[in-house]
Amino acid sequence: MGIENIITKISEGLGDSLLSLKQKSDKRVYIDIPPQAVRETSRLMLETMAARFQIATGVDTREGIEVMYHWALDADDLIVTIRTMVSHEKPELDSIALFCVAAEWIEREMWELLGIHFRDHPDMRHLLLSDDWPEGKYPLRHDYQRSDEVTP
Amino acid sequence: MSKRTIVPIGPYHALQEEPEFFKLHVEGETVVHLDIELGYNHRGIEKLSESKDFEETIFLVERICGICSTSHPLACVQAVEDAGNIHVPERALFIRSAVGELERIHSHLLWLGLAGHFIGFNTIWMWAWRFREEVLNILELISGNRNHYGMMKPGGVRRDINKTDIPAVRGLLEKLQDPLKLFRDTVIEDPLIHARTKGIGILSREMAVAYGALGPTARASGVAIDARRDHPNAAYEMLDFDVVTCENGDVFDKTVVRILEMFESIRIIEQCLTKLETVKGPVDSNPKCVAPGEGVGVYEAPRGEVFHYIRSDGSNRPVRHKVRAPSFMNVPTNRETVLGGTVADATIILAAVDPCYCCTERMAVAIDSHGGDELWGARDLIRLSCEKTDRLMKETGWRGPQPPENIFANR
Amino acid sequence: MNWAINALTRSLNVFHLGGSACNNCDIEILDALTPRYDLERFGITLVGSIRHADVLLMSGIFNKKSAIRAQELIEQAVKPYVVVAIGGCPCTGLMFRDSYNWDRPVGEYIHIDAFIPGCPPKPEAIISGIVTVIEGLRSGALVPGCLQDPTPADVELVPEASGVGSID
Repeated sequence: MGIENIITKISEGLGDSLLSLKQKSDKRVYIDIPPQAVRETSRLMLETMAARFQIATGVDTREGIEVMYHWALDADDLIVTIRTMVSHEKPELDSIALFCVAAEWIEREMWELLGIHFRDHPDMRHLLLSDDWPEGKYPLRHDYQRSDEVTP
Repeated sequence: MSKRTIVPIGPYHALQEEPEFFKLHVEGETVVHLDIELGYNHRGIEKLSESKDFEETIFLVERICGICSTSHPLACVQAVEDAGNIHVPERALFIRSAVGELERIHSHLLWLGLAGHFIGFNTIWMWAWRFREEVLNILELISGNRNHYGMMKPGGVRRDINKTDIPAVRGLLEKLQDPLKLFRDTVIEDPLIHARTKGIGILSREMAVAYGALGPTARASGVAIDARRDHPNAAYEMLDFDVVTCENGDVFDKTVVRILEMFESIRIIEQCLTKLETVKGPVDSNPKCVAPGEGVGVYEAPRGEVFHYIRSDGSNRPVRHKVRAPSFMNVPTNRETVLGGTVADATIILAAVDPCYCCTERMAVAIDSHGGDELWGARDLIRLSCEKTDRLMKETGWRGPQPPENIFANR
Repeated sequence: MNWAINALTRSLNVFHLGGSACNNCDIEILDALTPRYDLERFGITLVGSIRHADVLLMSGIFNKKSAIRAQELIEQAVKPYVVVAIGGCPCTGLMFRDSYNWDRPVGEYIHIDAFIPGCPPKPEAIISGIVTVIEGLRSGALVPGCLQDPTPADVELVPEASGVGSID
């Protein structure tokens, strides 16, 4: 399709939800959106752009918790990363697992390691950590202390 | 028909007792529900990575998985290079592809052996692993270690392939031709293997796309994705190879895809060796730092696309390092493939995804015990699988794959 | 050498217990049984149940979840048995020692009789290690930990005594 057309199509689909767009190279594009636009953006990528959901990455930063959704457009050798930011005080996002099965596990992982609450997730429970892991202690957050750890 | 709960104690390598389980709920002989629980292998590598510098992180990342031990480092260095716009010399690209393809061959042979074991043909296991040893010899010659080669670094590779070693690598490729043809012909022709794998554990194309399945698991269902072709990395843009796909998505197709991929790997390595004989230059661009930025690296591991994301702030450590192994996307597809099948087929269906369980975090099954349920372990599941093979042999008179007459001829 | 120890030096039944391993050691153990090294010709076989085991091979760091399972399993082992740690992970935890999911060195709750370091140890190293163990048993230099008194499982472990400095 060509990267220019792809960018145009995504920009049009996002409309006001497009906060910023950066084309790092001809293979990597980074787009910022507000948290409330996660579901519609994911539908746009999955259904309209027919992109493949690769994975999502959560990052604890000073400004808040950043969540990036990585989408691959295999036919065009392009990876589009859609980024949003939630606050530490209220780290909540809409789950996309109901229409994007591929995202089910990673949302569970981001909840247990970073404390992001995914609204309407079909099966939210621990994925990697033991079920008796202390509540509210998220290992990938920068304020996580080793003294919080569970001793079996 | 009573409801039984079966706990396979142990994952694929049910030869080894490990604290990972798939829990199958069974009614009669049919699997009606599958639980997958992870966590027994979680070592917190992403967090550990933040305390290591970019070169140390490669050694850490290598030990995510012992079988795809060059795939993770390769994706990781590519992410670092993407983040910092680091150049990689051409010679290093060919070495990267060659080592990656050698790994693909040994990984697929490993899987083939285990698949044979689960169906009840230990001879296939022994043959496949015997020839796998030859591949490990060559990897030891090139890198100094049979596994965990330590070949990758941001900016290139750690070791060059000596001109004097190239004939040995070519000799290996020669040596592998006959055994691979033997495996291919056996799988394609043997009626017993057909009976055990055709129509078993079908993953439809729609489901493969919905789950984001990768690698041979996806390609067997007709989803033609391959990071070597779609997101060219290392030297793949300069190499000629085919992406192998099948249509039905059953265990048979997954087997065929893996076997035919090994032939493609041989083609690729041969092209790399030819290039390495003429392309001169350094194998490392020796970057001194990684510029602030973020990068994504993908590589087609034997199990599918490996994804690494690196964020750098200009210091010598990653701010964030995200690792996603292909099995993270492939293992959930078991929900679709195992349900409705028989319990005798469960082991081979679960194995067909070739879960690098250490990559994914191990599959475990939490059991909610109902009173009076039978509990079976992985050994029982394998026994069921072998019993099915025996039964088919008796009913049909087929003997299954037999050793060729001149088995010692090409030693 | 009494008859019980004697049994440990012939036709070994080997049970592998992997806990959070990258599986390289596990594959090298299996490699030792395949045609190139072929330990099966000495009567060494992998068994499926810990109750049949003469030798327990442990690999991996045994994270928080795996450690519980390992402790449960080891209680089912029938004496005498020899515990061998394969690879660097059960010896020291290697680079995973600072992880949030690291538990403690396996040797603190299971008496390990022999360590075969390496990452992974080559099958030759594993064979050499097992031979050393057998010779030690025959000469009496090695007494399996399960026969020594008291076993570490009888000792109450104090959580802070894990020996790992906290990283805050």
